[in-house]
Amino acid sequence: MTGLSLDNIALERGERRIASGISARVAAGEALLLQGPNGSGKSTLLRVIAGLLPAAEGAIAWDGADVARDREAHRARLCHLGHQDALKAGLTAQENLAFWASFHGGGRDAEAALKIFGLARLADRPARTLSAGQKRRLALSRLALSTAPLWLLDEPVTALDTEARAAFIALLQRHLAAGGLAIIATHEPLAIAARVLQLGAAS
Amino acid sequence: MSAFLALLRRDLVLSYRQGIDAWVVVLFFLAAGILFPFAIGPLPDALMRVSTGVVLSMAALAALLSLDRLYQGDFEDGSLDQMVLGPLPLELTALAKALAHWLSTGLPLLIAAPLLALMLNAPSASYGPMLLALALATPALSLLGGLGAALTLGSRRGGILLTLLILPLYVPVLIFAAGIIRRSQLLAGDPTGALLLLCGLDLGLLAITPWATAAALRQAVR
Repeated sequence: MTGLSLDNIALERGERRIASGISARVAAGEALLLQGPNGSGKSTLLRVIAGLLPAAEGAIAWDGADVARDREAHRARLCHLGHQDALKAGLTAQENLAFWASFHGGGRDAEAALKIFGLARLADRPARTLSAGQKRRLALSRLALSTAPLWLLDEPVTALDTEARAAFIALLQRHLAAGGLAIIATHEPLAIAARVLQLGAAS
Repeated sequence: MSAFLALLRRDLVLSYRQGIDAWVVVLFFLAAGILFPFAIGPLPDALMRVSTGVVLSMAALAALLSLDRLYQGDFEDGSLDQMVLGPLPLELTALAKALAHWLSTGLPLLIAAPLLALMLNAPSASYGPMLLALALATPALSLLGGLGAALTLGSRRGGILLTLLILPLYVPVLIFAAGIIRRSQLLAGDPTGALLLLCGLDLGLLAITPWATAAALRQAVR
Protein backbone atom coordinates (compact mmCIF):
# COMPACT_ATOMS: atom_id res chain seq x y z
CA MET A 1 0.00 0.00 0.00
CA THR A 2 1.65 3.23 -1.10
CA GLY A 3 0.54 6.53 0.29
CA LEU A 4 -0.98 7.37 3.62
CA SER A 5 -3.43 5.18 5.49
CA LEU A 6 -5.40 5.98 8.61
CA ASP A 7 -6.56 2.95 10.52
CA ASN A 8 -9.36 3.31 13.03
CA ILE A 9 -8.16 6.64 14.42
CA ALA A 10 -9.83 8.13 17.51
CA LEU A 11 -9.34 11.78 18.42
CA GLU A 12 -9.34 13.36 21.85
CA ARG A 13 -9.23 17.01 22.77
CA GLY A 14 -8.76 17.87 26.44
CA GLU A 15 -9.48 14.25 27.50
CA ARG A 16 -12.78 14.29 25.62
CA ARG A 17 -13.40 11.90 22.74
CA ILE A 18 -14.45 13.96 19.73
CA ALA A 19 -14.31 11.34 16.97
CA SER A 20 -13.51 7.69 16.58
CA GLY A 21 -13.28 4.97 13.98
CA ILE A 22 -11.75 7.17 11.29
CA SER A 23 -10.23 5.08 8.52
CA ALA A 24 -9.08 6.34 5.16
CA ARG A 25 -6.48 5.82 2.50
CA VAL A 26 -4.87 8.44 0.31
CA ALA A 27 -2.69 7.30 -2.56
CA ALA A 28 -0.14 9.28 -4.54
CA GLY A 29 -1.85 11.91 -6.68
CA GLU A 30 -5.02 11.87 -4.58
CA ALA A 31 -6.65 14.54 -2.47
CA LEU A 32 -8.93 13.88 0.48
CA LEU A 33 -11.33 16.53 1.73
CA LEU A 34 -12.26 16.52 5.41
CA GLN A 35 -15.73 17.87 5.95
CA GLY A 36 -17.97 18.18 8.93
CA PRO A 37 -19.44 20.76 11.29
CA ASN A 38 -17.35 22.93 13.62
CA GLY A 39 -15.83 20.87 16.40
CA SER A 40 -16.02 17.60 14.50
CA GLY A 41 -12.25 17.15 14.68
CA LYS A 42 -11.01 18.21 11.24
CA SER A 43 -8.14 20.35 12.53
CA THR A 44 -7.38 17.85 15.27
CA LEU A 45 -7.14 15.05 12.71
CA LEU A 46 -4.70 17.11 10.64
CA ARG A 47 -2.58 17.78 13.74
CA VAL A 48 -2.64 14.08 14.59
CA ILE A 49 -1.52 13.15 11.07
CA ALA A 50 1.25 15.75 11.31
CA GLY A 51 2.40 14.22 14.60
CA LEU A 52 1.80 17.36 16.68
CA LEU A 53 -0.79 15.44 18.69
CA PRO A 54 -0.90 11.74 19.50
CA ALA A 55 -3.94 9.78 18.33
CA ALA A 56 -6.05 8.43 21.17
CA GLU A 57 -6.36 5.17 19.26
CA GLY A 58 -5.42 3.74 15.91
CA ALA A 59 -2.41 3.93 13.64
CA ILE A 60 -1.17 6.06 10.77
CA ALA A 61 0.98 4.42 8.15
CA TRP A 62 3.00 5.67 5.20
CA ASP A 63 3.66 3.08 2.50
CA GLY A 64 2.53 0.46 5.00
CA ALA A 65 5.02 1.45 7.74
CA ASP A 66 3.80 3.02 11.00
CA VAL A 67 4.86 6.68 10.99
CA ALA A 68 5.45 6.59 14.77
CA ARG A 69 8.53 4.46 14.10
CA ASP A 70 10.39 7.24 12.29
CA ARG A 71 9.03 10.65 13.27
CA GLU A 72 11.87 12.50 11.61
CA ALA A 73 11.21 10.95 8.20
CA HIS A 74 7.50 11.63 8.65
CA ARG A 75 8.10 15.32 9.45
CA ALA A 76 10.30 15.61 6.36
CA ARG A 77 7.54 14.31 4.08
CA LEU A 78 4.77 16.61 5.24
CA CYS A 79 3.89 20.27 4.98
CA HIS A 80 1.28 21.45 7.47
CA LEU A 81 -0.66 24.68 7.02
CA GLY A 82 -2.70 25.42 10.11
CA HIS A 83 -5.39 27.96 10.97
CA GLN A 84 -2.70 30.47 11.75
CA ASP A 85 -0.46 31.90 9.10
CA ALA A 86 2.87 31.55 10.98
CA LEU A 87 3.90 35.04 9.89
CA LYS A 88 5.90 37.59 11.85
CA ALA A 89 4.32 41.03 11.86
CA GLY A 90 7.73 42.71 12.04
CA LEU A 91 9.14 41.04 8.93
CA THR A 92 8.28 41.90 5.34
CA ALA A 93 6.37 39.44 3.16
CA GLN A 94 9.59 38.48 1.39
CA GLU A 95 11.53 38.07 4.66
CA ASN A 96 8.81 35.88 6.14
CA LEU A 97 8.89 33.56 3.18
CA ALA A 98 12.69 33.59 2.90
CA PHE A 99 12.91 32.62 6.58
CA TRP A 100 10.71 29.57 6.14
CA ALA A 101 12.55 28.69 2.94
CA SER A 102 15.92 28.60 4.70
CA PHE A 103 14.47 27.08 7.89
CA HIS A 104 13.11 24.16 5.92
CA GLY A 105 16.27 24.08 3.84
CA GLY A 106 14.40 23.54 0.60
CA GLY A 107 16.56 25.80 -1.48
CA ARG A 108 13.49 26.91 -3.41
CA ASP A 109 13.29 30.47 -4.53
CA ALA A 110 11.20 32.70 -2.25
CA GLU A 111 10.91 35.37 -4.98
CA ALA A 112 9.28 32.93 -7.39
CA ALA A 113 6.94 31.66 -4.68
CA LEU A 114 5.72 35.21 -4.01
CA LYS A 115 4.68 35.57 -7.64
CA ILE A 116 2.36 32.55 -7.57
CA PHE A 117 -0.16 34.37 -5.40
CA GLY A 118 0.51 37.79 -6.91
CA LEU A 119 2.45 39.05 -3.90
CA ALA A 120 5.56 40.32 -5.70
CA ARG A 121 4.23 43.87 -5.43
CA LEU A 122 3.84 43.50 -1.65
CA ALA A 123 7.24 41.85 -1.09
CA ASP A 124 8.66 44.75 0.92
CA ARG A 125 5.55 45.45 2.98
CA PRO A 126 5.74 44.39 6.64
CA ALA A 127 3.33 41.52 7.30
CA ARG A 128 1.50 43.63 9.89
CA THR A 129 0.19 45.88 7.12
CA LEU A 130 -1.24 43.04 5.02
CA SER A 131 -4.94 42.21 4.98
CA ALA A 132 -6.24 38.85 6.19
CA GLY A 133 -6.51 37.55 2.63
CA GLN A 134 -3.02 38.77 1.74
CA LYS A 135 -1.62 37.06 4.83
CA ARG A 136 -3.35 33.84 3.85
CA ARG A 137 -1.88 34.11 0.35
CA LEU A 138 1.55 34.59 1.88
CA ALA A 139 1.04 31.55 4.12
CA LEU A 140 -0.05 29.50 1.09
CA SER A 141 3.10 30.58 -0.74
CA ARG A 142 4.93 28.38 1.76
CA LEU A 143 3.44 25.41 -0.10
CA ALA A 144 5.24 26.47 -3.24
CA LEU A 145 8.54 26.31 -1.32
CA SER A 146 7.88 22.84 0.00
CA THR A 147 9.14 19.68 -1.63
CA ALA A 148 7.12 17.52 0.78
CA PRO A 149 4.79 14.98 -0.85
CA LEU A 150 2.08 15.21 1.83
CA TRP A 151 0.17 18.46 2.24
CA LEU A 152 -2.05 18.90 5.31
CA LEU A 153 -4.14 22.01 4.81
CA ASP A 154 -6.54 23.50 7.33
CA GLU A 155 -9.14 25.75 5.69
CA PRO A 156 -6.67 26.91 3.01
CA VAL A 157 -9.04 29.17 1.08
CA THR A 158 -10.46 31.18 3.99
CA ALA A 159 -10.44 34.92 3.15
CA LEU A 160 -9.14 34.33 -0.39
CA ASP A 161 -10.58 36.14 -3.41
CA THR A 162 -11.52 34.24 -6.59
CA GLU A 163 -8.20 34.95 -8.26
CA ALA A 164 -6.18 33.61 -5.33
CA ARG A 165 -8.48 30.58 -5.11
CA ALA A 166 -7.78 29.79 -8.74
CA ALA A 167 -4.04 30.14 -8.10
CA PHE A 168 -4.35 27.80 -5.12
CA ILE A 169 -6.29 25.20 -7.11
CA ALA A 170 -3.69 25.36 -9.87
CA LEU A 171 -0.88 24.90 -7.34
CA LEU A 172 -2.72 21.99 -5.73
CA GLN A 173 -3.37 20.32 -9.07
CA ARG A 174 0.28 20.64 -10.02
CA HIS A 175 1.21 19.04 -6.69
CA LEU A 176 -1.23 16.16 -7.23
CA ALA A 177 -0.15 15.66 -10.83
CA ALA A 178 3.45 15.33 -9.62
CA GLY A 179 2.37 12.44 -7.39
CA GLY A 180 1.75 14.47 -4.25
CA LEU A 181 -0.96 13.84 -1.66
CA ALA A 182 -3.20 16.38 0.02
CA ILE A 183 -5.58 16.20 2.96
CA ILE A 184 -7.66 19.34 3.17
CA ALA A 185 -10.08 20.38 5.87
CA THR A 186 -12.61 22.71 4.30
CA HIS A 187 -16.12 24.02 4.59
CA GLU A 188 -16.17 25.30 1.06
CA PRO A 189 -16.40 23.34 -2.18
CA LEU A 190 -13.06 23.12 -3.98
CA ALA A 191 -12.95 22.67 -7.73
CA ILE A 192 -10.82 19.52 -7.67
CA ALA A 193 -11.58 15.85 -8.02
CA ALA A 194 -11.29 14.51 -4.50
CA ARG A 195 -12.83 12.00 -2.17
CA VAL A 196 -14.64 13.31 0.88
CA LEU A 197 -14.27 12.06 4.43
CA GLN A 198 -17.23 13.17 6.47
CA LEU A 199 -16.53 13.64 10.16
CA GLY A 200 -19.53 13.47 12.48
CA ALA A 201 -20.88 16.16 14.74
CA ALA A 202 -19.40 16.54 18.21
CA SER A 203 -21.59 14.62 20.59
CA MET B 1 22.99 24.48 10.56
CA SER B 2 21.47 26.91 8.06
CA ALA B 3 18.09 26.49 9.78
CA PHE B 4 19.74 27.30 13.13
CA LEU B 5 21.31 30.45 11.72
CA ALA B 6 18.10 31.43 9.91
CA LEU B 7 16.16 31.23 13.17
CA LEU B 8 18.84 33.10 15.11
CA ARG B 9 18.94 35.80 12.46
CA ARG B 10 15.14 36.12 12.37
CA ASP B 11 14.91 36.55 16.14
CA LEU B 12 17.70 39.13 16.18
CA VAL B 13 16.15 41.08 13.31
CA LEU B 14 12.78 41.04 15.10
CA SER B 15 14.24 42.19 18.40
CA TYR B 16 16.24 44.88 16.62
CA ARG B 17 13.15 46.17 14.79
CA GLN B 18 10.99 46.01 17.88
CA GLY B 19 13.92 47.84 19.47
CA ILE B 20 11.78 48.91 22.38
CA ASP B 21 12.20 45.48 24.02
CA ALA B 22 15.99 45.65 24.31
CA TRP B 23 15.82 49.26 25.50
CA VAL B 24 13.18 48.47 28.11
CA VAL B 25 15.40 45.75 29.53
CA VAL B 26 18.42 48.06 29.80
CA LEU B 27 16.38 51.00 31.11
CA PHE B 28 14.70 48.80 33.72
CA PHE B 29 18.13 47.52 34.75
CA LEU B 30 19.42 51.08 35.26
CA ALA B 31 16.22 52.50 36.75
CA ALA B 32 15.72 49.70 39.27
CA GLY B 33 19.40 49.81 40.24
CA ILE B 34 19.30 53.54 40.81
CA LEU B 35 16.59 53.10 43.46
CA PHE B 36 19.17 51.65 45.83
CA PRO B 37 21.14 54.84 46.56
CA PHE B 38 17.84 56.49 47.52
CA ALA B 39 16.69 53.59 49.67
CA ILE B 40 20.01 52.91 51.39
CA GLY B 41 20.93 56.52 52.03
CA PRO B 42 23.95 58.65 51.21
CA LEU B 43 26.59 56.70 53.13
CA PRO B 44 29.13 55.95 50.37
CA ASP B 45 30.52 53.01 52.27
CA ALA B 46 27.21 51.20 52.53
CA LEU B 47 26.50 51.73 48.85
CA MET B 48 29.96 50.62 47.82
CA ARG B 49 29.54 47.39 49.72
CA VAL B 50 26.27 46.39 48.03
CA SER B 51 27.00 47.84 44.59
CA THR B 52 28.10 44.74 42.66
CA GLY B 53 25.43 42.64 44.36
CA VAL B 54 22.80 45.12 43.19
CA VAL B 55 24.17 44.97 39.64
CA LEU B 56 23.98 41.17 39.64
CA SER B 57 20.47 40.92 41.04
CA MET B 58 19.12 43.70 38.83
CA ALA B 59 20.62 41.92 35.80
CA ALA B 60 18.79 38.75 36.84
CA LEU B 61 15.49 40.62 37.18
CA ALA B 62 15.98 42.53 33.92
CA ALA B 63 16.71 39.29 32.05
CA LEU B 64 13.30 38.05 33.22
CA LEU B 65 11.47 40.97 31.64
CA SER B 66 11.67 39.90 28.03
CA LEU B 67 11.39 36.17 28.71
CA ASP B 68 7.63 35.78 28.61
CA ARG B 69 7.66 36.86 24.94
CA LEU B 70 10.41 34.43 23.98
CA TYR B 71 8.06 31.69 22.73
CA GLN B 72 4.70 33.41 23.20
CA GLY B 73 4.70 35.13 19.80
CA ASP B 74 5.69 31.97 17.94
CA PHE B 75 3.09 30.03 19.92
CA GLU B 76 0.28 32.43 19.11
CA ASP B 77 0.95 32.92 15.39
CA GLY B 78 1.51 29.24 14.60
CA SER B 79 5.25 29.51 13.96
CA LEU B 80 5.95 27.13 16.84
CA ASP B 81 3.97 24.36 15.08
CA GLN B 82 6.19 24.83 12.04
CA MET B 83 9.32 24.73 14.21
CA VAL B 84 8.19 21.48 15.84
CA LEU B 85 7.55 20.04 12.36
CA GLY B 86 10.71 21.50 10.85
CA PRO B 87 13.92 19.64 10.02
CA LEU B 88 15.93 21.32 12.79
CA PRO B 89 15.88 19.19 15.97
CA LEU B 90 13.72 21.05 18.48
CA GLU B 91 16.62 20.98 20.95
CA LEU B 92 18.65 23.14 18.56
CA THR B 93 15.64 25.41 18.01
CA ALA B 94 15.54 25.93 21.80
CA LEU B 95 19.27 26.64 21.80
CA ALA B 96 18.93 29.17 18.97
CA LYS B 97 16.14 30.95 20.87
CA ALA B 98 18.20 31.05 24.09
CA LEU B 99 21.20 32.36 22.17
CA ALA B 100 19.05 35.04 20.54
CA HIS B 101 17.75 35.99 23.99
CA TRP B 102 21.28 36.29 25.32
CA LEU B 103 22.44 38.41 22.37
CA SER B 104 19.45 40.75 22.63
CA THR B 105 19.28 40.91 26.45
CA GLY B 106 22.40 39.54 28.17
CA LEU B 107 24.85 41.40 25.96
CA PRO B 108 23.18 44.84 26.32
CA LEU B 109 23.07 44.28 30.10
CA LEU B 110 26.76 43.44 30.08
CA ILE B 111 27.45 46.70 28.25
CA ALA B 112 25.25 48.75 30.59
CA ALA B 113 26.61 47.15 33.77
CA PRO B 114 29.66 49.46 34.20
CA LEU B 115 27.33 52.46 34.01
CA LEU B 116 25.14 51.14 36.82
CA ALA B 117 28.25 50.16 38.83
CA LEU B 118 29.50 53.74 38.40
CA MET B 119 26.21 55.16 39.65
CA LEU B 120 26.40 52.85 42.67
CA ASN B 121 29.96 53.92 43.45
CA ALA B 122 31.36 50.40 43.04
CA PRO B 123 35.04 50.00 43.97
CA SER B 124 37.19 50.41 40.88
CA ALA B 125 38.88 47.04 41.40
CA SER B 126 35.53 45.26 41.19
CA TYR B 127 34.68 46.20 37.58
CA GLY B 128 36.73 43.47 35.95
CA PRO B 129 35.53 40.61 38.15
CA MET B 130 31.96 41.93 37.95
CA LEU B 131 31.99 41.90 34.14
CA LEU B 132 33.56 38.46 34.08
CA ALA B 133 30.91 37.19 36.51
CA LEU B 134 28.12 38.75 34.44
CA ALA B 135 29.53 37.39 31.19
CA LEU B 136 29.39 33.89 32.67
CA ALA B 137 26.10 34.34 34.53
CA THR B 138 23.94 35.84 31.77
CA PRO B 139 24.12 32.78 29.45
CA ALA B 140 22.89 30.66 32.37
CA LEU B 141 20.04 33.13 32.90
CA SER B 142 19.04 32.86 29.23
CA LEU B 143 19.18 29.05 29.18
CA LEU B 144 17.15 28.70 32.39
CA GLY B 145 14.80 31.45 31.26
CA GLY B 146 14.14 29.72 27.95
CA LEU B 147 13.15 26.58 29.83
CA GLY B 148 10.83 28.58 32.10
CA ALA B 149 9.28 30.35 29.11
CA ALA B 150 8.61 27.02 27.42
CA LEU B 151 7.14 25.48 30.58
CA THR B 152 4.71 28.34 31.18
CA LEU B 153 3.68 28.63 27.53
CA GLY B 154 -0.05 28.82 27.05
CA SER B 155 -0.87 29.19 30.73
CA ARG B 156 -2.81 32.17 31.97
CA ARG B 157 -0.69 34.73 33.82
CA GLY B 158 2.33 32.97 32.35
CA GLY B 159 4.59 35.94 33.05
CA ILE B 160 4.05 35.84 36.82
CA LEU B 161 4.26 32.06 36.89
CA LEU B 162 7.49 32.25 34.92
CA THR B 163 9.00 34.66 37.45
CA LEU B 164 8.06 32.46 40.39
CA LEU B 165 9.37 29.39 38.62
CA ILE B 166 12.67 30.82 37.43
CA LEU B 167 13.82 33.14 40.24
CA PRO B 168 14.67 30.26 42.63
CA LEU B 169 16.67 28.64 39.82
CA TYR B 170 18.64 31.86 39.40
CA VAL B 171 19.90 31.64 43.00
CA PRO B 172 22.85 29.26 42.36
CA VAL B 173 23.91 31.37 39.37
CA LEU B 174 23.94 34.48 41.57
CA ILE B 175 25.82 32.72 44.39
CA PHE B 176 28.67 31.66 42.11
CA ALA B 177 28.76 35.01 40.30
CA ALA B 178 28.90 36.88 43.61
CA GLY B 179 31.59 34.44 44.73
CA ILE B 180 33.80 35.44 41.82
CA ILE B 181 33.50 39.13 42.70
CA ARG B 182 33.99 38.67 46.44
CA ARG B 183 36.98 36.38 46.19
CA SER B 184 38.71 38.69 43.69
CA GLN B 185 38.49 41.59 46.09
CA LEU B 186 39.92 39.80 49.12
CA LEU B 187 43.63 40.18 49.61
CA ALA B 188 45.09 36.78 48.71
CA GLY B 189 41.61 35.74 47.54
CA ASP B 190 41.40 33.30 44.67
CA PRO B 191 38.25 33.37 42.50
CA THR B 192 39.24 30.27 40.51
CA GLY B 193 36.92 27.97 42.44
CA ALA B 194 33.82 30.07 41.94
CA LEU B 195 34.84 30.73 38.34
CA LEU B 196 35.10 27.03 37.57
CA LEU B 197 31.83 26.29 39.34
CA LEU B 198 30.00 28.91 37.28
CA CYS B 199 31.58 27.61 34.05
CA GLY B 200 30.52 24.10 35.07
CA LEU B 201 27.01 25.32 35.75
CA ASP B 202 26.89 26.97 32.30
CA LEU B 203 28.04 23.79 30.59
CA GLY B 204 25.64 21.67 32.60
CA LEU B 205 22.74 23.93 31.67
CA LEU B 206 23.89 23.92 28.04
CA ALA B 207 23.69 20.14 28.11
CA ILE B 208 20.35 19.83 29.89
CA THR B 209 18.09 22.82 29.19
CA PRO B 210 17.73 22.40 25.38
CA TRP B 211 16.30 18.91 25.90
CA ALA B 212 14.00 19.97 28.72
CA THR B 213 12.89 23.04 26.75
CA ALA B 214 12.18 20.96 23.65
CA ALA B 215 10.08 18.52 25.70
CA ALA B 216 8.11 21.44 27.15
CA LEU B 217 7.57 22.92 23.67
CA ARG B 218 6.26 19.59 22.34
CA GLN B 219 3.75 19.55 25.18
CA ALA B 220 2.78 23.16 24.50
CA VAL B 221 1.76 22.58 20.87
CA ARG B 222 -0.43 19.56 21.68
